[in-house]
Amino acid sequence: MTTLALPTRKPARTRRGWALLGLTPFAVYVLLFLAIPTVLAVGTGFFTEDGAVTLANLAGVVEPAVLATFGSSFWVSAVTAVIGAVIGGLVCYAMLGTRASGALRTIVDSATSVLAQFGGVMLAFAFIASIGGQGLVTVWLIDTLGVNIYENGVWLYQVPGLLPVYVYFQVPLMIITFLPALEGLKPQWAEANATLGGTRFTYWMRIAGPVLAPSFIASLLLLFANAFSSYATAAALISQGSQIVPLQIRSALISETVLGRENMAGALALGMIVVMVAVMWGYSVLAARTSRWQR
Amino acid sequence: MSRRVGSEVHLGLAPSRVTRWAILIVVAAVFAIPLLSLLVFSFSAGLGGGYTLDHWTGLFDPENARPYRTLFQAIGNSFLLAVVTVAIVLVLLLPTMLLVHMSFPRLRRVLEFICIIPITVPAIVLVVGLAPVYSIVVQVLGGSIWTLAFAYGILVLPYAYRAIQANLDGVPVVTLSEAARSLGASWPVVLWRVLLPNLRRGVLAAAFITVAVVLGEFTIASLLNRRNLQTALLQISTSDGYVAAILSLLSLAFAFVLLLIIGRLGSVGNRSTP
Repeated sequence: MTTLALPTRKPARTRRGWALLGLTPFAVYVLLFLAIPTVLAVGTGFFTEDGAVTLANLAGVVEPAVLATFGSSFWVSAVTAVIGAVIGGLVCYAMLGTRASGALRTIVDSATSVLAQFGGVMLAFAFIASIGGQGLVTVWLIDTLGVNIYENGVWLYQVPGLLPVYVYFQVPLMIITFLPALEGLKPQWAEANATLGGTRFTYWMRIAGPVLAPSFIASLLLLFANAFSSYATAAALISQGSQIVPLQIRSALISETVLGRENMAGALALGMIVVMVAVMWGYSVLAARTSRWQR
Repeated sequence: MSRRVGSEVHLGLAPSRVTRWAILIVVAAVFAIPLLSLLVFSFSAGLGGGYTLDHWTGLFDPENARPYRTLFQAIGNSFLLAVVTVAIVLVLLLPTMLLVHMSFPRLRRVLEFICIIPITVPAIVLVVGLAPVYSIVVQVLGGSIWTLAFAYGILVLPYAYRAIQANLDGVPVVTLSEAARSLGASWPVVLWRVLLPNLRRGVLAAAFITVAVVLGEFTIASLLNRRNLQTALLQISTSDGYVAAILSLLSLAFAFVLLLIIGRLGSVGNRSTP
């Protein structure tokens, strides 16, 4: 023991030097593939195609039509995040107490991972097959209940159509992000609650609730950000137009020379990032709060 | 470290059996509808009604191998990208997170901030700036599809980070490694036999999410004109909706089974640890 404890100072310092060196590969990687692309993407909003500095692109972002697009993106993200968080939270609660190595947990783990981030284009296909114009559910509803969900026109390929599809990948993402927090509840707290004469209700209201609130809201914000920045599903469902911000960026990228506003995509991206920074700032504050009691 | 579930149940932490299954079955049933619809569609015979196996058999018919060759190639591309991206997470992100957690606690917020940036800077934004970067990457490393994994590694950072960090927060890493060191363990032993077994769930979850994200990635591949599973699927869906449906189902099922196997491997290891 003593021989191990003796050589402290100098090796420790050299080890610290080596450790710092160990951070460089990741730093270089992030610089090349995250920092530089981000600066390039956002920076273009301030320039014309010729390289002259301009604010015209930014002025374009506050035009009513573009602002309306931001509004659509905002409410789609908010609605699907809340629905996803509530349903996902319920599933997490249902999963509580199941064995981490059990078959149920393994199946839910896999299914949520697949649906949350694997979906994209294929979820659009699945929803077209179920609630598209000739979809299974659509036809069934007309045949058996006489209900036509498209009485006032087909809404699946417009903004309202994004809601069911987005909820479909928000719920699994909620399960993935929130379940670890729920599992972090220490059994001792429940024991202490029971020892002190607390009921199930006091446990959830006084202990689990307050402890979980920050991570629940953090997960909610993550879901909002996820929907706000989601592109693939919307691109597959809505082949033309620019109803939400990511689709507007697509339009700007495709038709940038036609519009005469060459770097509009960059300006839109900047507007999008402003919203995202606000949301993710809230997330990081809450996440820091959460890690306090987890330590 | 193993948690006994029995005591929790009696203390009212977990839901009752009825509540649990009621929630799970209702949610699972609703979530099955779109996928089942896709399955039924893949068997439908067309406008006349009725059902047929033709779309499924046609896909695996050697006679059709030629028209579908690019599609199968795209699937191969996506799996290659998944493997390389998981490697990037394990080789670049995981050691960095451990280093920061143990040796540079002050940098924790910085690392977290960096790892969250890809959520704040979505793929559709990133791709605009990635285009010039990739024109250089192609010159240096060639135009092979695997180079796209560098971009994908960035995309999965938030999810991989969250998965590993959630685990890292619940494990007294510093105490454990100090205990192991005081018992004479070298750093590689500490890492391999003390830290990684404790972080298995987080690391596995990170790998799960990474694979899922990469196999489902569309935005960057589409706008950088690379051919992966998703871009190929959307392309073929306009001409042959049945094949798009079948391949969507197959790839969803394949990813599910793949993740299931990884999950089982993880839990088998879990059980053998006392």
